[in-house]
Amino acid sequence: MTEVVATNETILVVGGGISGMTAALEAAETGKQVVLVEKRPYLGGRVSQLYKYFPKLCFPTCGLEINQRRARMNPNLRVLTMAEVTGIKGDKGNYTATVKLSPRYVNGNCTACGDCEKAVSAEFDDEYNYGLGKRKGAYLPYRMAMPTQYVIDPRLIGTEEADKAKAACKYDAVDLEMQEETLDFPCGAVIWATGWQPYDAAKIQPYGYDRFPNVITSVEFERLADPQGPTGGKLVRPSDGKEAKKVAFIQCAGSRDRNHLLHCSRICCMASLKQCTYVADAWGAEAEVSVYYIDMRAIDRFEDFYAKVRGIEQVKFIKSKPASVVADKEGNPVVHGVDTEGYKRFADTFDLVVLAVGMEPSVDKDSFPVDIVLNREGFIEADPGNGGVFAAGCASDALDVNRAVQHATGAALRAIQVVNGAAGVEG
Amino acid sequence: MSDLNTAMIERYRTNFLKEVEANVEEGEWVKMCMQCGVCSGSCPLGKFWAHPPQEIFMMIRAGKREEVLSSDSMWMCTSCYNCIVRCPRELPITHIMHGLASYAKRLGLVAANQPTAKFAQLFWNNLMKKGRVNELKLGLALYFMNGFGEGIKIALKKQKLGMNMMKTGRMNPMEILGGHAVKDLSGFQKVIQKAQELEDARIAKHGA
Repeated sequence: MTEVVATNETILVVGGGISGMTAALEAAETGKQVVLVEKRPYLGGRVSQLYKYFPKLCFPTCGLEINQRRARMNPNLRVLTMAEVTGIKGDKGNYTATVKLSPRYVNGNCTACGDCEKAVSAEFDDEYNYGLGKRKGAYLPYRMAMPTQYVIDPRLIGTEEADKAKAACKYDAVDLEMQEETLDFPCGAVIWATGWQPYDAAKIQPYGYDRFPNVITSVEFERLADPQGPTGGKLVRPSDGKEAKKVAFIQCAGSRDRNHLLHCSRICCMASLKQCTYVADAWGAEAEVSVYYIDMRAIDRFEDFYAKVRGIEQVKFIKSKPASVVADKEGNPVVHGVDTEGYKRFADTFDLVVLAVGMEPSVDKDSFPVDIVLNREGFIEADPGNGGVFAAGCASDALDVNRAVQHATGAALRAIQVVNGAAGVEG
Repeated sequence: MSDLNTAMIERYRTNFLKEVEANVEEGEWVKMCMQCGVCSGSCPLGKFWAHPPQEIFMMIRAGKREEVLSSDSMWMCTSCYNCIVRCPRELPITHIMHGLASYAKRLGLVAANQPTAKFAQLFWNNLMKKGRVNELKLGLALYFMNGFGEGIKIALKKQKLGMNMMKTGRMNPMEILGGHAVKDLSGFQKVIQKAQELEDARIAKHGA
């Protein structure tokens, strides 16, 4: 059985993405006891699925490595992966959390040698690559996964494949008898850092995401560009593996639209500008990029980056929200619309269309396990009615990594004040 | 130019957007357009118009009164509602286009031979007589809309269609003798009269 030592001075952090990790580490480094609960089998969240950051075009692996080291070094931090908070009861300074732990079927003996992976043959859609590639039934979620510990897919349990994995392990790390567990433990404050998910692009019917394989989302494109991704970093399109040299980016795919998401997701303009550089870097003079936009929202210091991408000769900007995407006989996506600068109609053919999808909260409005005040977009409001529950990062709003981390640090401070109150240190 | 048109020019002078907001049905929505262009791109007939909806909205804001009101664009709308469905700000674009058409007509700015305007008038006149559309009479009126000679030509061309419609009971030749009315014709007329009163009151409020 998993044991968690906690008191009403413990801070519970829900979600182990960049915001949750930051909040947990900031609090733990001040000496507070922190329990970090993550649904996935590893920490890092969606940041781990990015190839580069904007605007510096540096690699997220760098910051993640620093955070992983901080987490390993800190005795005040307890990390639970494959864990979900199913209930929080009580009041500010005195909560009881209920956490469901899904079985990993691999224990702490694992050295990540990979023998179990070699022993099994069953393959499944790779969640880490948004289903663009396959992974084995016994797998390390991604190269830098923390904890560095394999996972056996539950769909393998009860099959011969699972026994093969167990037989292949030299360290007795595969435990096929593991069961789901439910834990109850006390905590004084909760930091809610469940983050975001990409808006379901199939709901934007005219763009045909569900009909045309060469219409993909920006998060999927990020995986294509990553050398660790399903194509080894080659920008090729899904339908036939043809090199994607002529690429269209469609902005506000779901955002700022009363039929979809009411809010501006803030990151998509910058993400597309960043991805323009991927195409230009990959194909040089042969690259042809078109960005279809309503208005580019490169706020404050990002303006420089926007100007830089504007300066790339192969990148064209068209002020238009496209009306529809159709496919021609060769499977090339054709973007239709009207260029609002001059009211010219266009029907432009591309190798690949990337929808810059918006951010929506990853927890559905109706499935919060705790009473919390949400705004109309489903993000958590900073409200006194939330008691000792504080949002961090994208659970509170559509934010980029930089702002999410700042926000998470603020949330850590609020949580610290609550547990100090519970300990009688403060009023 | 009608007196009403002169009066409205005098009244609103440089602010055509205000004039549209006050006088055009759903006109208060025009300022909400963010010029994304999805309506223009989505219009199945857009390439046949002088100005797609989004351009019309920009022209209204830019005060291009004459160009807007004498444009044929709002008369080309077939009410397919593609634009309304896709508009990210849920503007009732189709209704605004019809509102503009109706206002242009009120001001007497519609070209004499505007075919949609002409047909709309025929439809209305036909509907008002019996409270329902007499399709035989409306069809014939449409054929002869542009003169007797052309009417005969079209009628002959459509002969087979007419015969087939009669055979399948879709059209009754006896309808040419007056035709049948709705059950409560006087009630229908009262409804129309009341609607006209409300519309007159609304127009009077805005001085046009």
